[in-house]
Amino acid sequence: MRLTSIAATALVALATASTAAHAQDPFIILQSTTSTENSGLFKHILPIFKAKTGIDVRVVAVGTGQALKNGAKGDGDVVLVHTKAAEEKFVADGFGVKRIEVMYNDYVIVGPDSDPAKVAGSKDAVAAMKKIADAKAPFASRGDDSGTHKAELDLWAPAGVDVKAASGDWYRSTGSGMGQTLNTASGMNAYALADRGTWISFKNRGSLKIVVEGDAKLFNQYGVMLVNPAKHPHVKAKEGQAFIDWLVGADGQNAVRSFKIEGEQLFFPNAATGELKKAG
Amino acid sequence: MLKPLDENTGYGLGRRPIFPLDACNVGFSDGGRQLLDRVSLTLTQGLKTVIMGANGAGKSLLMRVLHGLVKPEVGAVLWARVPADAEVMSRQAMVFQKPSLLRRSAEGNIQFVLGHLNRSEAESRTREILERAGLSAVARTPARLLSGGEQQRLAVARALALEPDILFLDEPCASLDPASTMAVEEMIETAHQTGTKIVLVTHDIGQARRLADEIVFMSGGRIAEHTAARQFFDGPVSAAARDYLAGRLHVPGYSAGT
Amino acid sequence: MTDPASIFLLAMGLVTSGNPELYGIIWLSLRVSLTAVAISCLIGLPLGAALAVVTFPGRGAVIAVLNAFMGLPPVVVGLVVYLLLSRSGPFGVLGLLYTPTAMIIAQALLVTPLIAALARQSLADLHLEYDELFRSLRLGATDKIAALIWDGRYSLSTVALAGFGRAIAEVGAVIIVGGNIEHVTRVMTTAIALETSKGDLALALALGLILVGLAVAVNVAVLSLNRAAKRLAYA
Ligand SMILES: Nc1ncnc2c1ncn2[C@@H]1O[C@H](COP(=O)(O)OP(=O)(O)OP(=O)(O)O)[C@@H](O)[C@H]1O
Ligand SMILES: [Mg+2]
Repeated sequence: MRLTSIAATALVALATASTAAHAQDPFIILQSTTSTENSGLFKHILPIFKAKTGIDVRVVAVGTGQALKNGAKGDGDVVLVHTKAAEEKFVADGFGVKRIEVMYNDYVIVGPDSDPAKVAGSKDAVAAMKKIADAKAPFASRGDDSGTHKAELDLWAPAGVDVKAASGDWYRSTGSGMGQTLNTASGMNAYALADRGTWISFKNRGSLKIVVEGDAKLFNQYGVMLVNPAKHPHVKAKEGQAFIDWLVGADGQNAVRSFKIEGEQLFFPNAATGELKKAG
Repeated sequence: MLKPLDENTGYGLGRRPIFPLDACNVGFSDGGRQLLDRVSLTLTQGLKTVIMGANGAGKSLLMRVLHGLVKPEVGAVLWARVPADAEVMSRQAMVFQKPSLLRRSAEGNIQFVLGHLNRSEAESRTREILERAGLSAVARTPARLLSGGEQQRLAVARALALEPDILFLDEPCASLDPASTMAVEEMIETAHQTGTKIVLVTHDIGQARRLADEIVFMSGGRIAEHTAARQFFDGPVSAAARDYLAGRLHVPGYSAGT
Repeated sequence: MTDPASIFLLAMGLVTSGNPELYGIIWLSLRVSLTAVAISCLIGLPLGAALAVVTFPGRGAVIAVLNAFMGLPPVVVGLVVYLLLSRSGPFGVLGLLYTPTAMIIAQALLVTPLIAALARQSLADLHLEYDELFRSLRLGATDKIAALIWDGRYSLSTVALAGFGRAIAEVGAVIIVGGNIEHVTRVMTTAIALETSKGDLALALALGLILVGLAVAVNVAVLSLNRAAKRLAYA
């Protein structure tokens, strides 16, 4: 009987502890993408924001499509993703207040050292994709409705390749995050489209290396939106807007610029350059 | 409304009589085999009833029917002329042929049936009961580690802790040594003296002679004989009983003769 | 870098470094899974015991469903809980999504059928042993259930451990309803998933090793608690 009461006490303590934690700080939920989280960007910039405002930013890292869906449901205060068309639709449908561009990086096509499709060094992403398809060289796709996945599909279309038909053959749709897809590509010596941020911080490269980069088509713009408080009254509009204002303001932009891995800058701030100019 | 002291049960105020206990034309079969065959039996208070009969005669089954654990297919069990209700049910106790003890200590087994008492009352009652059963030394031993005799004593003590008006005992002394048998018989005798009706199954003829006021002799699912104990042992009427007492296998329809 | 020896050294290094981040994650994993299992036991043990004791039409079907639910995929449970707790869902107003509480709810849902089914299995045997006595004592269902759970507590602690094993090892449910938020809802399994997706397989494996160690530690703790309790009960 004594043991039972000890166990009960421990249980109550455990349960209280689970609710008490982190209750003190104001916080917002940021729906964002695996590419930004995995690169380590948030780890670099969020503490700076927190130090300044005391606001904790809790990041849920999923694909762009999932992030927008979660935002539309009201399960987040701010959305930071990278598919312009989908973001504009999100705002047009009334789920987001306003889309503001924050920063960009670029995509790279990575592939095995052996380069069976002979695309290394090319600057033409669409042509390279066509060559990969022609060679039936294995290609690992996100396949998860993420920003990167959409960017990849935007390369296949002009190349005239029907990847749906090739799925399961040389085209491997992994249905997973960026890192997971790179793990798959590294394991099967496949080509893949990756955002540079994730690629630079990715550790399990195997024989993979960058084969195509520098094409304007590989440009990857990030946008930020406040989830519409008119649709979801519980949205922490004040804190969320504070984060957005900071992120696109001089401090936030500098924080993004100062994030480097092995000396290499991963994201290039380009928020409302007009405002920056005004400020400057 | 106060009731006078109840003659039938010997218990205090407000308890309605439950005797006589009647089995009326009770039948029970299993796949065509008639296990209890139109059994009619009246048990009154005050007498110690011993049920005897060969293995498989239906003694345990009859006890279960009387105790309300098995519903007869035909016939009825009546307590003071009416079927048992919850109250009558709660005034009975049974010690099973296979002692069914809880996976607890000896005292835990006793305390389990004293749930209606508060904690300190239950504890002192338990000590008292174990003391009387000669089990004080093993109070905290797991029941399943007790010797066979100790287990039987514990089972009887637990049944008596319920202070039943009627106690069914199914071979409580099987495989006990003479000393343990005596101890259990003493417990039974004490219970009888404090007004508990005893119904006991045994194969031990000596025990039957010592304890029985009346004998119910069963054979093949029927009651072959229901007589006063002395009369039964002096001159059993049924052939089955004569064979049983003489240690012979009884073949129905064939009398070994005397 | 991913050979067993260096993984082991890495894991040891992580544990001994006293890294507050790692300890935060370990603590949260234990908190979430232990609380979830405790809740599951509160519901599942009486439920399993009741199914061992009470007979009613359709009982077989209930047991079959319960047994099948032992294999509920964590992602499905996570998804269902996500839809329930989402701001657009029926319990959205509670604001529980992306909190440890949401993870506890998901794991409790995941583990309750397992605990109920295993408890029923183990208590059915005990009930067979006790049935006649129970009926002779005219016990009600609640008393029977309480007695079975108490007397079966040592085998039920193994049932609880099986539930804990399932809870602490699953990633599918907690990553959906918790969101793997650093310092808030990141647990061992979601941290492993994250490190794997970063391609840091060595770190992921080392964390996995620590998780296994954690599970072993909890099992050892419960079993020695059992032994102590037995000694106490029969002292
Ligand atoms: N609930 C039941 N359902 C079906 N058959 C039963 C049931 N209870 C007892 N029987 C059968 O009835 C017969 C009589 O059993 P019972 O246990 O009453 O014998 P018994 O007279 O007590 O014998 P023993 O001296 O060996 O204890 C046996 O053949 C047994 O298999
Ligand atoms: Mg018998």
